[in-house]
Amino acid sequence: MRCEEAEILLHALIDDELDAGHSRDVETHVAGCKRCAAQLRDYRDMRGAFARADLSYEAPADLKRRIDARLPAPARPDRRSLLKGFAGGVGLSSAIAAGLVLAVMRTDQSSRIMSEVVSAHLRSLQADHLTDVLSSDQHTVKPWFNGRLDVAPPVVDLTALGFTLIGGRLDYIDGKPVAALVYRRRAHIINLFVAERSGEQRATMETVQGFNVRHWGQPGLSLWAISDLNADELEDFGRKFEAAQRG
Amino acid sequence: MNRPVGSDPRLRAGGFGQEMVGGTADKARRFRETALPHLDGVYTLARYLLGNVNDAEDAVQECCLRAFRHFDTFRGGPIKPWLLAILRNVCRAEYARRAGTIVGLGESGELPEDAAPMWNEAREAPDAAALRQLDAETMRGLITNLPAAFREVIVLREINDLSYREIAQVIDAPVGTVMSRLARARSLLRDGWLAAEKGSAQ
Repeated sequence: MRCEEAEILLHALIDDELDAGHSRDVETHVAGCKRCAAQLRDYRDMRGAFARADLSYEAPADLKRRIDARLPAPARPDRRSLLKGFAGGVGLSSAIAAGLVLAVMRTDQSSRIMSEVVSAHLRSLQADHLTDVLSSDQHTVKPWFNGRLDVAPPVVDLTALGFTLIGGRLDYIDGKPVAALVYRRRAHIINLFVAERSGEQRATMETVQGFNVRHWGQPGLSLWAISDLNADELEDFGRKFEAAQRG
Repeated sequence: MNRPVGSDPRLRAGGFGQEMVGGTADKARRFRETALPHLDGVYTLARYLLGNVNDAEDAVQECCLRAFRHFDTFRGGPIKPWLLAILRNVCRAEYARRAGTIVGLGESGELPEDAAPMWNEAREAPDAAALRQLDAETMRGLITNLPAAFREVIVLREINDLSYREIAQVIDAPVGTVMSRLARARSLLRDGWLAAEKGSAQ
């Protein structure tokens, strides 16, 4: 065996990746070659030192929590389980069902979006992931969205009016990234989702799964404010937000 | 401030809600049980490949979300190499984003095989004394200073304890390439080690 070969194979020897025949060959070469013997010894020392030192890094607990929060929650016997059974049944006649579901989804888009708003709100409360950018300063929160979204969400400070800006994060509604601005009124969290959509629209207030949702549109933007706050105060929030924007 | 890796992981994080009906909760349970225990190993590779804490965290998060999305395509066997391969792809996207700011990385994010050695010739004296012990920080520094293509095989082998075959799977290259890179990486490390010994002796 020549040195060039041995210099590669002695690593496989150290790493216990060589079969018996090749191991013997390398060992024979090393026994008669001081240079390769010195290398083998150094590489073994290095490997031993690396192993003893433990050069790994531990993932921060906060990162683990964030990832866990991004995964679907563990199964619980709730409404979703019921839906699961329903979906299974539909799957049996999948061709017909596919058409049906598509039809249902298309006609029912706005209520689907509404339930996604509720899901996103719930997720933000349960998942310990209320904000990506934590700041009560609108001049910090607004630029944070630059480059993360196609739309520049209006961020206004309503602290003086009783609604404290906590921060913002990215979320997802209807398959598209949206800005979520987070405000607080006493112990109540308000998520304000801002999506890029066409059409001005008059404000509506409805109650979905126990949450109040105020939905309105302005040129280029669609907004949903959702909270467990009572409808009057949420309406108040929406109006103040609109008024503050107008300046 | 958290910078996005490749594309922002959060932009892809949504949409799980609708999938819940198809046994996604069960999928999530299996993913938590099999993949998440390897988070430290994944994070370790990310730290060595990307250098800073924020980018590493973003990359690991993106890796996990991607892995979960493609969990159906995982065909058994050890899951760690599969996860690390995804992490590596995420890191390469980050390299591409940083392109131009990292020396020696081409557009593909791939390093040339014959990257110039960082230190001069290894010692030739056959009777030299054994290597002296270095502290952990110095060793980390030596690994960090390796060109990326060599750094990754060293981290996978010495720290993540993968076999050659598993490393080949992660870096998507033949086992022969793993062997030659490992040999080169250790040779560079040895040179650095000796230089560090000399430095600390002065």
